[in-house]
Amino acid sequence: MKKSVLFGALTTAGLAAGAAQAATLDDVKERGELNCGVVTGLAGFGAPDANGVWEGFDVAVCRAVAAAVLGDPMAVNFVPTTGQTRFTALASGEIDMLARNTTWTFSRDTDLKFDFVGVNYYDGQGFIVPTALGVSSAKDLDGATICIQTGTTTELNLADFFRNNNISYEPVPVETNAEGQQQYLAGACDAYTTDASGLAATRATFENPGDHVILPEIISKEPLGPLVRHGDNEWADIVRWTLNALIAAEEYGVTSANVNELASAPGTNPEVNRLLGTEGELGGMIGLENDWAKNAIAAGGNYGEIFEKNIGENTPIGLARGLNAQWTNGGLIYAPPFR
Amino acid sequence: MSDTHSQTVPFVRETMIPQAEPPVGNRGVILWMRENLFSGWFNIITTLISLYVIWWALSHTMPWVFRGIWNASSLTECRAIRDATLPEGTSAACWAVLTDRWQQLLFGFYPRELYWRPVLSLVIFLVAIAPVLFPRVPRGALLFTAVSPFVMFWLLWGGTAWFPISIGLGFVLGWAAWRALAPMAGTLVASIVAVALPIVYWLYTAGPLARELEQVIPFRMEYVSSQDFGGFMLSFIIGIAGIILSLPLGILLALGRQSDLFIINKISVGFIEIIRGVPLIVWLFTASLLLNYFLPPGTNFDLMLRVIIMVTLFAAAYIAEVVRGGLAALPKGQYEGADSLGLSYWQSMRLIILPQALKISIPGIVNTFIGLFKDTTLVVFIGLLDPIGLSNAIRASTEWNGIYWELFVFIGLLFFICCFSMSRYSLYLEKKLQRGHN
Repeated sequence: MKKSVLFGALTTAGLAAGAAQAATLDDVKERGELNCGVVTGLAGFGAPDANGVWEGFDVAVCRAVAAAVLGDPMAVNFVPTTGQTRFTALASGEIDMLARNTTWTFSRDTDLKFDFVGVNYYDGQGFIVPTALGVSSAKDLDGATICIQTGTTTELNLADFFRNNNISYEPVPVETNAEGQQQYLAGACDAYTTDASGLAATRATFENPGDHVILPEIISKEPLGPLVRHGDNEWADIVRWTLNALIAAEEYGVTSANVNELASAPGTNPEVNRLLGTEGELGGMIGLENDWAKNAIAAGGNYGEIFEKNIGENTPIGLARGLNAQWTNGGLIYAPPFR
Repeated sequence: MSDTHSQTVPFVRETMIPQAEPPVGNRGVILWMRENLFSGWFNIITTLISLYVIWWALSHTMPWVFRGIWNASSLTECRAIRDATLPEGTSAACWAVLTDRWQQLLFGFYPRELYWRPVLSLVIFLVAIAPVLFPRVPRGALLFTAVSPFVMFWLLWGGTAWFPISIGLGFVLGWAAWRALAPMAGTLVASIVAVALPIVYWLYTAGPLARELEQVIPFRMEYVSSQDFGGFMLSFIIGIAGIILSLPLGILLALGRQSDLFIINKISVGFIEIIRGVPLIVWLFTASLLLNYFLPPGTNFDLMLRVIIMVTLFAAAYIAEVVRGGLAALPKGQYEGADSLGLSYWQSMRLIILPQALKISIPGIVNTFIGLFKDTTLVVFIGLLDPIGLSNAIRASTEWNGIYWELFVFIGLLFFICCFSMSRYSLYLEKKLQRGHN
C-alpha cells in the first residue's frame, strides 16, 4: 500500500518535471560527474582493477569526455550495464553516454533513437580452433560443432555465413564469454566464435596459446563506438569531437607526454594549435573551455596510446592495429579536420 | 543332594564372570560397518561403488585445492610458479586471485578505509536480531532492534545522520497519531491517519527537515553511493532487507487473503498471484528498465532500492502462501475458541492464531528465505556487481583473465555457510517450539 502511493506520487511528480528537461551538458556540469555506461567486465575494454578503478579501451573514452567537459578524468561515475540493460539505461537518462563495445547498426541508430558518435574500434567476428584440428579456413568447418553466445548478433552472422557457403554446423549455445572459453577448452566444441578482439583476448589466457589458431576469415563487420541519446545534438557533438580529438592527436603526434608543452604556446602546425586551443575558439563552439581537447588527451593519451596501453601488442591481449590503424597507415581510423 | 552333585561334577563356578565385551567383529565400528555398510551382497556392492566414487572425486580435486598457489599477482605468474615448483602436468588452484581480490568479492568498491562501517553494521544486525531469535535475551533489547535499521542505514551509506533520524520520526509520528486518535475517533480513522500522516511527512517534510537540522547541527560522515556497493555486502544487504521486510508484509497478505472484507481479500489475492506468477528475473528487469520510463527523467531512484523493493514484494508473496498454509492447518476450534473468549480480531491473531500458525510455517518460511538469499545473485543480469558479477569483472582484468573455478569455489563456499546456518537455526527453532501436541 505504502509503496504504491509512493510510486504514484513519484509518477505524478515525473509528469510535471518531464517537460523541463535540461541539456545533458548542463546536467553533467551541475552534477560534477559524468555518468558513463560501461561493460560489467570485458578484458581490455573495461574492467575494475584491484582498487576498484575502472580501466580499459572503452573506459578511456569516458575519461576523455569527463576530462574535456569537467577537466577531471576521474570525475566519472561508471555504471556497469549488461547487453540487456545498456540501451534502456541510456534511453532513460540514467547514463549520459554509453561506451560499451556496442556495434553500430542501422536499427540501433534509427529505431532505438540513439546517435553513434563514431567508431573507436573496428571489430569483426572470427573463429578459433585447436591447431590439432588441421583446419586452415573457416570454410573447412563443415559439420563442426561451434560454441556460440546466444542472443547476440554473432549467432545470426554465423548462420548467414554457413548458409552462404552451403556447409553445415552444429551450434553449442553458451551464455557468456567465460563459459565459452571453458566449453571450448573442455572440448565441448571444435571451434569457438566471437568478435576477433575477444578471441585474441581469450587465446592469450590459454595455458598453451600456440595450440590454438585464429582462422583468417572475418565473417562480419562490427564497428564499435560510443553512443548518446537522440535529440541532444550539442552533447552528441561534444562526445563525437572528443573522440575525434583523440584520433587527430595521434595523427599529429600529440601525446600525453608532450601535450602540455604543445598547448603552452602556439606551435608551427595550425591544426594542432586549433586542436589544443592555442589558436581559434573551437572550445567555445561546443560550449567548453578552450583547453578541452588538451585535457582529453592528457587524460589517457591519444588514440594510439590508449590502444597500446589497453589492448595493443605489448598487452596480454596483443591486438595488432590492423583496421584500427590511422588512415595514413592504411587503417580506417580517420578524424575530420579541426577547423 | 548337594553332595551328589559335588561328586559328579568336577568344577562348579560359584561367582559370575565379569561381563566381557562382545567379540571384535560384533562391536564398535566394525559392527556398525557390518550392519550399515556390508549387510548383504547388494549393500556391499553399493558401498564399494560409493567409496570408489568418493575417492575418485576427492583424489581429483583435493590435490588441486591443497597444491594451490596463494602468492602471485596474475594468472600467468601463478602458472609460472606452478611450473617451477611442481612436476610437469600437475594442476594446481590459483588461490592468489582471492588474496588479490577478496576485498572486492566481499565489499565491492566500498572505500577501503571505511570497511569498518559495513562490518560494524553486520555486528549491529547480529546483536539486533538476538532478542528476536533467542528468548533468553532481555526484552528491553527490542528497543535497540527497532532503532538498529536506521543506524545500519547511516553506517552503510553515510551522509548526514539527520536523514535516517527524520525518516524514523515518521514512524514515531504514525504511532503517536494512533495513540492519540484511537480512543476518541475509533480504530478505522486512527489507522488511516496513522498510515497517511507519516507518508505525507516523508514526502514533503522529512527531506527539508533533515537539511535544516544538518545546517544547525552538522552531524555527518563520508557519503558512499550505492554504485560502490558490491560483492557479498550487496547480497547481504538485499537479502537481509528483503527478509526483514517481507516477513511482516507476507503475514499481512496471508491474513488479507483469509479476510472476509471483499476489497482487502481481492487485493491480497491479486497481489500474491500476480507477483508469484511471474519469474523474479522479470521483476528485476521491471525494476531496472521499465521503472526508468515511468520515473521522471533525471530522478535517480536508486537502483539498489528498487531491487530491494522488488525482492521484498516477491518474497512477501511466497511468505504469504506459506503462512496461509500454517493458518489453514490450525483446527477450526482455535479460531472459535479465540472468538468465544471475546478477543478482537487483532488480539486473537496476535495471541492465539499467529503464534501457532507461524510455528507450523517455520520450515517453509526459512526455506523461502534461503531461496531469497540465493536469488540475490540474479541481480547480475541487471548490471549490479554482486559476487557473480564481480567474478566476471575480475576475470575481465588482464591479470586474472582465464581463471574460473577458484572464484566460484569461494563464492559457493560463502553462500553455503550462510544458507547452512539459516537452516540450522530453523532446526533449533523447530525443536525449541516443539510442544508435543501437534
